Amino acid sequence: MDGGIASLPLLHVDGLSVDFVTREATVHAVSDATFNLKPGEVLCLLGESGSGKSVTLRALMRLLPEKRARIAGKVTLGGRDVLALQGNALRSFRGGTVAMIFQEPMTALDPVYTIGQHLMEAIRRHKGGSRAEARKRAIELLDLVKIPSPERRIDAYPHELSGGLRQRAMIALALSCGPQLLLADEPTTALDATVQIQVLVLLRRLQKELGMSTIFVTHDLGVAAEIADRVAVMYAGRIIEEGPVDDVLRAPLHPYTAGLLASTVHDQSPDQDIAAIPGSPPDLRRLPPGCSFAPRCAKALPACNDGFPHPTYPVADRMVRCWRALPL
Amino acid sequence: MSAALDIKPYVDVRDRGGSAQPMLIVRDLKRHFRVKGAGKGAVVRAVDGISFTLFKGETLGVVGESGCGKSTLARVLLHLVEPDSGELVFDGDAVAAPDGISVAELRRQVQMVFQDSYSSLNPRMPVQDSVAFGPMVNGRSKSESRRLAQEILIKVGLRPDLFGPRYPHELSGGQKQRVNIARALAMNPRMVILDEAVSALDKSVEAQVLNLLRELKRTLNLTYLFISHDLNVVRYISDRVLVMYLGQVVELGPASLVFSEARHPYTQALLGSRLSMDARQRVDAPPLVGDPPSPINPPSGCRFRTRCPNAEGVCEAKMPELGAWDGRDSHVAACHMQDPASGHSKAGLH
Repeated sequence: MDGGIASLPLLHVDGLSVDFVTREATVHAVSDATFNLKPGEVLCLLGESGSGKSVTLRALMRLLPEKRARIAGKVTLGGRDVLALQGNALRSFRGGTVAMIFQEPMTALDPVYTIGQHLMEAIRRHKGGSRAEARKRAIELLDLVKIPSPERRIDAYPHELSGGLRQRAMIALALSCGPQLLLADEPTTALDATVQIQVLVLLRRLQKELGMSTIFVTHDLGVAAEIADRVAVMYAGRIIEEGPVDDVLRAPLHPYTAGLLASTVHDQSPDQDIAAIPGSPPDLRRLPPGCSFAPRCAKALPACNDGFPHPTYPVADRMVRCWRALPL
Repeated sequence: MSAALDIKPYVDVRDRGGSAQPMLIVRDLKRHFRVKGAGKGAVVRAVDGISFTLFKGETLGVVGESGCGKSTLARVLLHLVEPDSGELVFDGDAVAAPDGISVAELRRQVQMVFQDSYSSLNPRMPVQDSVAFGPMVNGRSKSESRRLAQEILIKVGLRPDLFGPRYPHELSGGQKQRVNIARALAMNPRMVILDEAVSALDKSVEAQVLNLLRELKRTLNLTYLFISHDLNVVRYISDRVLVMYLGQVVELGPASLVFSEARHPYTQALLGSRLSMDARQRVDAPPLVGDPPSPINPPSGCRFRTRCPNAEGVCEAKMPELGAWDGRDSHVAACHMQDPASGHSKAGLH
C-alpha cells in the first residue's frame, strides 16, 4: 500500500456528521461522511438540493454556526485537527490553508470595497508586506484568472463587473494566499453556459498548475465529468457512492446514482419519457430507519428498511452503501 | 362500418381557423426599457424586432443566455408588459385590436407557468383554492370550481385529498410546480407559456415534470412555448427551436436540424458549451471568450460580431436578416455567412 508520499491523503474526513438543532426538531444534514483527498486531487461532491453537500463543505471550512450546528467526527488536514482549531489558528486556517469560492459572487463580495481592496486585505493579512507589494500581487492574480486589463479592473467595484468576471475575481481572491485546499460551492451554477465552460476550463488549468487539492460541490453531472478526478454522490446527508469519475458515471453501483444519470436530460429520444426517479427525497428531520433511498428505489429489498447499509468495496477503489451491492 | 369512424377527432369550438392556421403569429415585436443612471438616452433593447410563428400543437423552444430577452418576450406575448410596437395575431385575431381578440380573452386562452414555483403561489391560500381561483373569477360557481380543481390536481399527479388542503410552504419544489401547472390548466388554455418552468427543480424532479408536461400536451391538445437556458431540455421537449441573442432571433428551425446543423455561430458556440457527462470527452477550449455584452447600447450591425470568430467588415456595417421562413420545416439563421450576396468572405460556403 505504499505509493510514496504523494499518495498520502492531504485531507482525511472520518465519520463527519452535522446536525442542526432547533427547539422543534433536529435536522440531520450530514451523517457519517468519510472520504480522503490526496494532494492535487479534485473530488466532486455530487447531489441534489438538501443532500448535505454544501454543509459538508462549510464544516470543512469551519463556517457553521457553533451554537446551532452539532458537528461530530474527525477532520484532519495535513496532520492538523481542523475541528479543534480556535482563535488565531482558525483565522489563519481560513483563507490561508483552505479557501472557498461561493456560488453567487455578487453576494459573497462586499459591494462597498473594490476588487483590489478585497485582494489586498487578504494578501496582507496572510502574507504581510507593504500596500504596494500587495497591489502588485493582486494585479498578478487578476492576470492569472484571465481578467482582461487587470491594472484597470483592480479598482472596479463588484457591481461594475459582469457575472463571469466577478466569479474570476472571487477565484483570484481564493487563490491569493496559496491555499492547500480549495473548496468550491457550485461556482459555475449561476453563470451562463458559454461563461460556465470558460470558468470550468480556467479552474481546471489553475488547479493543475498550482497543484491544489480541490473539493467541488455541484448538482450537475456534466460539471463533475468536466472537472473531477473522483466523485462522491450524496443523498439525504450520506455519501452513498464514491469512486473515480469515469467509473461512477459509466457504471454506477448505487441505484440512486443510476437513477440520477437516467433522469438527467441528455440526448434522450424525444419520443420516449425520461426515466425519472419517482417521489422526492426524505425529510431530513425524520429519516427512515433503513436506507434513505429505499422508499424511492425500484430495487429495494425487505432488508433495505432495516438499517443503513455499511460501506462496501465491491470493486477496487470504489465505495458504495447499498445492501444490493453485497454478495447475498 | 368500421369502429374507426366512431373515434371523433378532438374538436375545440374555440379553434376557429383549423389546424393549418397558426396559433400565434408574432410580427416585429419590440419592447425597450429606459434605464436611469446609465448615460443619457440609455435603453435596454430587451425585445428588438422579433418575428415568429407558433403552429397549433407544437412545442417551440426558446433558448438564450441571461439578458437575451426571452422572459420579456414571454411577458410581452401576454401583454403583462406592453409592447412598444409590433403585431400579435392569435388564431387569426389581432390581439388588442378593435376587431380582434381582447387581452382578457387572450389571457384566458394562453396561460403561463413561471420559474419560481413558490413566489407564484399565494402563500395564504390552500393549493386547491389557488387552482380553483381562475375558474371562479371567470364566472364558474364555487362548487363547480372546486370540483374542477380536484380533477386537475389528479391530472398533474397530486392526490386532491392529500395535497388540496395544503399551503404552498408544505409542498416540495416539484409539487409546487405541479400546482402551478394545474393552476394554468384550470383555465382550459389552448396554449401555455413555460418560462424556465423546470429550471429550479432538481434533476430527478425535473424529469418527472417534463414527462408530465409531455403527457398533458398529448391529452389536452396543448401548444407550448417553452423558454429555457438548458439546451438539453429544449432539445428533448421541442419540435422547433428559436435561438435569441441580445433581443433578436438569430436562428429558428426544427429542433433536430438546429441541434445537428446549427447555422449561426452563436448557436454553434452554445452547443459547444454543453458539458458532455463523459469524463473522457472534456472540453479543451471554450468556444467563446468573455461574457455576453450588455443589452444597453448593443453593438452595431450583427450583435454577435464582438464575440464571433468569423466577424468581418460587413458584420459591423449591416445587420443580418433572419431570412424568409414559410413553414414548420424552415431553418433560417440571421448571419451574413448564410447569404451569398452579403459580401462576407465565407458566405455561401454552408
